[in-house]
Amino acid sequence: MSGSAPNGRRPVSGADVCVVGAGPAGALVADRLAAEHEVVVLDAGPRFDPADRLERQERAIRPAYDRPDVWDGDDERDAHSASGDRFYPLNHARVKGIGGSTLHWQGMVMRLHEDDFASGSERGVGPDWPIDYGEVRPYYAAAERELGVAGSDDNPYAPPREEPYPMPAFAPSYSDGLFADACEALEIDMHSVPNARNSERYDGRSACVGYGTCQPVCPAGAKYDATVHIERAESKGATVIDRAPVQRLEHGVDRVRAAVYATPDGTEYRQTAEAFVVACGGVETPRLLLLSDSEHYPDGLANESGLVGRYFMDHLFAGTGGVLEEPTRQNHVGFLTSESHQFYDDADGEIGPFKLEFFNYGGPSPVETALSADTWGEDLLDRLRQDYGTHVGMGALVEQLPREDSYVGLDPDRTDDHGNPVPDVHWTVGDRALRTIERANEVQEAILSELGAEITWQVGPDDTGPAYHHMGTTRMGTDPEESVVDPRLRTHDLGNCWLVTSGAFPTGGAVNPTLTIAALALRAAEDVRTSL
Amino acid sequence: MELTRRDAAAALAAVGAGGAVAFGVDRLRGDGSDGPDASGQDPPAEARLRETFVAAAEVLYPSEVSGIGGFVEGFLEGRLGRRDHADGIRAAVGALDDRAVSWYGERFAALAVEDRDRLLREIGADTAEEDPEGTTAERVRYYVVNELLLALYASPTGGELVGLENPQGHPGGTESYRRGPK
Repeated sequence: MSGSAPNGRRPVSGADVCVVGAGPAGALVADRLAAEHEVVVLDAGPRFDPADRLERQERAIRPAYDRPDVWDGDDERDAHSASGDRFYPLNHARVKGIGGSTLHWQGMVMRLHEDDFASGSERGVGPDWPIDYGEVRPYYAAAERELGVAGSDDNPYAPPREEPYPMPAFAPSYSDGLFADACEALEIDMHSVPNARNSERYDGRSACVGYGTCQPVCPAGAKYDATVHIERAESKGATVIDRAPVQRLEHGVDRVRAAVYATPDGTEYRQTAEAFVVACGGVETPRLLLLSDSEHYPDGLANESGLVGRYFMDHLFAGTGGVLEEPTRQNHVGFLTSESHQFYDDADGEIGPFKLEFFNYGGPSPVETALSADTWGEDLLDRLRQDYGTHVGMGALVEQLPREDSYVGLDPDRTDDHGNPVPDVHWTVGDRALRTIERANEVQEAILSELGAEITWQVGPDDTGPAYHHMGTTRMGTDPEESVVDPRLRTHDLGNCWLVTSGAFPTGGAVNPTLTIAALALRAAEDVRTSL
Repeated sequence: MELTRRDAAAALAAVGAGGAVAFGVDRLRGDGSDGPDASGQDPPAEARLRETFVAAAEVLYPSEVSGIGGFVEGFLEGRLGRRDHADGIRAAVGALDDRAVSWYGERFAALAVEDRDRLLREIGADTAEEDPEGTTAERVRYYVVNELLLALYASPTGGELVGLENPQGHPGGTESYRRGPK
């Protein structure tokens, strides 16, 4: 942690906008409004010192540390429950602090496909979004400029673009070339991956230098994280208060009046503002609304629909890997350079959209293997040589449909370090998603077999896990009885409250959500500005 | 394969360090000599650390690597710049030496290579999971064994032993992932 909080973490008088959450959505909104308005950003977690990133990288490599340790996770602060059919490892899925989960994200930034905005109409399942691709398209372009995206217009299945990516794509890896031969034989198209990672110097930040630990930490700052826009917002006059978890939103019938937050010394303050932007992600945002219940909103703030927290979705992982009888040159970098969206738009009611990923880090990392081995010297080197060098791997992201029995609620029997009920991620996955995983596995097996690989592992329907993309819990729509926020992410129930998170997604598609979060945040910022 | 101070700097780049590799090695060496001082007295504490680490590396590193002394000194010097970590290293080395004296009658660095290997295994550092706040075995694993394995296998030279010239943790650029095998 670094720096001292402004004015002893006291509220800012005369604030126009209070943003709750300093992840990418909150940071972008704050940056867009800070020049013209008095903006305050509150975040539950700390401000991390960039100089500590190498130590965090060491934690990422060493076996003594679990993933939440890398960014100072706190078991009491971050306590949670998971009462669904499938355990949800929430604290592996998020970072609390200035920058939010972009501090540990992979940094893949695709646009949703056009059909993703019209799942009900085009695929026969799930709701349509209240907006289409054309309405989001200019905001996607703006988001790509803001984050800094390295990409190429070589994906024949991607939605139409209006301008080139801000930076050239990273070149394909050696192993991409091996996959390419197999895919060509099977008539499967490969293409580049849009990365929020600098392929050249961009926006004052370094080009990627190949540390290889992108997820969970980029010591070079070449991977975008939301500290970029937090710092920019601060340079325009915004006030950012860290370690200030918001306890509840005080409100009247149709307006939020104040965010009540706690500080490390135990003091509670009220931050008043004209507009409130809740940008705490798809889990903490509904939790804060549920914690802010009142006589008028007995089921939680902005919850006249009863849908706050409902329809929790994540992307599911499907994977297959194996070994070849030749070197594959893995684990030089920690990001992907090739994907295939060829099967994405075959989606219908039976099989959902999915995208295929070609790994550049298949098989073990030698240094991590060494640190967990039970030998050393010659024996260890022999083992490392045996384990490293010939692995290949593929992944896939799979859509799950929104379901009412998949939700984020409160666990009344467990409280956090401030005595508030913790979030309960009750995650349920339907049969369509499981069938889609099987389909993705079939394609992966076909490619690896064509490649001549001996398949050694597979993640299928029985052992799939989440990709840590929290969506659906504050659904966007035009009907206040069927949704929580309107198409510009303003709550139906309160005229000065916006929920800027992937919770707004009515369906999830099968691409990583952050670029869409950023695009919707830029769009919502315009609405906030108009309202002031 | 020759390990150099440049490799030590590269290893430190992977894990972070206070202080620069090129500076202060004489401080680690105490009186500047390579072994116990001429009077036969125990060397100063910092020199004991260096000796113990080099002696451990001679066990932990494969015989293909040379230049262990300079590499380990450079790496250790950087790592001792982090106060909490340095305290952990000193405590673990102290515990290792205590066991060596108790079981073999001499400090760890004074033992034959075979006895050093045997002692580390008898302590349980081969099968222990590293833990900076754990048992003696877990702390020796964390602060001595894995400290040295991390230094080697996060460096380009250590990576090349395995066939990976840009190992995880090393900022080796964005060229090598595109290249085919040599």
